[in-house]
Amino acid sequence: MDKTVNNKAWFLVLPVLVLVAFSAVIPLMTVVNYSVNDTFGNNQFFWAGLEWFEEMVTSSRLHDALGRQVLFSAIILAIEVPLGIFIALNMPKKGFWASLCLVLMALPLLIPFNVVGTIWQIFGRVDIGLLGRGLAAIGIDYNYTNDALDAWITVIVMDVWHWTSLVALLCYAGLQSIAQAYYQAARIDQASRWAVFRYIELPKMQGVLLIAVLLRFMDSFMIYTEPFVVTGGGPGNSTTFLSIDLVKMAVGQFDLGPAAAFSIMYFLVILLVSWVFYTVMTNLDKAEGQ
Amino acid sequence: MAQITLQNLAHSYYPNPQSDKDYALKEMDHVWQDGGAYALLGSSGCGKTTLLNIISGLLRPSHGRVLFGDRDVTDAETAARNIAQVFQFPVVYDTMTVRDNLAFPLRNRGMEAGYIKARVDQIAAMIGMEEMLSRKARGLTADAKQKISLGRGMVREDVNAILFDEPLTVIDPHMKWELRTQLKQLHRQFGHTMIYVTHDQTEALTFADKVVVMYDGRVVQMGTPEELFETPAHTFVGYFIGSPGMNFLDARIEGSRALLAGGGVVDLGAGYGPVSGHSQIGIRPEHALLTDEEGLPVTIRRVEDVGRHRIIRAELNGHAFNLTAPEGLAITPDMTRVVFAPGKVNVYADDWRVTPRAAAAGRAA
Repeated sequence: MDKTVNNKAWFLVLPVLVLVAFSAVIPLMTVVNYSVNDTFGNNQFFWAGLEWFEEMVTSSRLHDALGRQVLFSAIILAIEVPLGIFIALNMPKKGFWASLCLVLMALPLLIPFNVVGTIWQIFGRVDIGLLGRGLAAIGIDYNYTNDALDAWITVIVMDVWHWTSLVALLCYAGLQSIAQAYYQAARIDQASRWAVFRYIELPKMQGVLLIAVLLRFMDSFMIYTEPFVVTGGGPGNSTTFLSIDLVKMAVGQFDLGPAAAFSIMYFLVILLVSWVFYTVMTNLDKAEGQ
Repeated sequence: MAQITLQNLAHSYYPNPQSDKDYALKEMDHVWQDGGAYALLGSSGCGKTTLLNIISGLLRPSHGRVLFGDRDVTDAETAARNIAQVFQFPVVYDTMTVRDNLAFPLRNRGMEAGYIKARVDQIAAMIGMEEMLSRKARGLTADAKQKISLGRGMVREDVNAILFDEPLTVIDPHMKWELRTQLKQLHRQFGHTMIYVTHDQTEALTFADKVVVMYDGRVVQMGTPEELFETPAHTFVGYFIGSPGMNFLDARIEGSRALLAGGGVVDLGAGYGPVSGHSQIGIRPEHALLTDEEGLPVTIRRVEDVGRHRIIRAELNGHAFNLTAPEGLAITPDMTRVVFAPGKVNVYADDWRVTPRAAAAGRAA
């Protein structure tokens, strides 16, 4: 059937455009406005062009924060995804224990971010925290306030504690949808445990894993509250991730221009990486469908 | 390959079964001959799949033993039993190609590559999927997927038995017939013991040399299609096999005569000892003939023409009674009587067939 061309149809898109404009485009444009101007407040702007962008792209401060951020997200994904799958595989499939596991797994997800930060901040303290005191008691030198490695370990363990449940629950849902006949067929075909995982469980989990990886990447790449509460970005700048640095720049130093340029690039990086993840994983799926 | 023996086998899904009805499978003793083609026939929930899963080792029976040849495999893992099983719904490994799917059971047993390739090609030719070997199994139709499942079931040559659990449920009617014929051909070619579960009597009767009819967790008869038709061992077999099923009439048995509860005498064509319990006679619609001469009076309700013959829905002593009339026989209004073919009348006591001129109540199971 031939499609009729009627440009009036564009009007039908208008309501969505208006909604999106107010919810996303206009706020974003104010940031764009800040990023190409210099201002000292009072709504007085001086045109700066791409100056802030040039400054930010060559800023070693931003490079370092970006490096730390990439490393952090990579470690988080490398731990939480396999661990989440492993936990999901070992959770009881039904009955009382399955319900209990689900509730326990969901608990960390329900705790507000700053509370998680506070819990770990106190938990890890060497003077009064159970973890800090405990480690000191068995002779391990641990202090997240003045040792960069300890600070990193604390922040990573905290994130794993907080978010692995999400990956596990998503995988668990994927696993539950596998019919019993698949496992029976695998037993009859003498498939090894690894083969069952590789050819039955993993393919069925692919869809939820894509969502899990995307969510965990985006969340970990934007992480702010928890490390801010625990380490405040320190010791030194060792746990200053992108958003912590951004807030320091915008609110602490009131460098609105550079901060705005920074945010736009930050946003584009997340968008780009998410798009790459999504495209690669869905194409993988299509390639296999050939 | 091996003969499969079920010894005092019974199964209950409850940990402490109290009465008979707690058992999904009632105690049974059966021998399944090596190389036989068996059909396991029964209505839903009668224990067919339970029995199949016990044979394949997916389920451990709560009582009794399973023997393959002389070897007790009751506690053996599925893998150790060397059984192939095809399920009701297609089970394929989506991310693998059709070739890898077929080769999977062989690779898991560490066969050599050359043999696997030859064998997979052979099976692919058999199920008509040579052209699709390099495709991923994902995205194929249910038909094609089930064919892969069937192929995977038959790819191993050394299996003790191949079990089919209603494998053609998802297949189109015309393909069903073709695949069933292929299975039968394969059976002749390779001589594997095949056990085919179904609730469709046509499927069972056309596939199997021996049909095993199950009812309420019990094997009520194991016999050739002819035996099931002529001498059903249980009223359920009479009712389930045949279309329409056997007619049953309450009667008192005296020697070689049956005195019907509603009046009338039927010559049984054989002598019977004293019959205790609820006694009935059973006559196939095919063995009852409508006539205008001597016979039992019937009231005709309806005549259905099904092509090859006509089914006459009638009433005898107030109970529904079905007959068939062969093509060409004219039915006239004065044909109000029925005669039974001599020697084709079976006698039942409490639902079980009584063998003539022998001690009564012999359970022919």
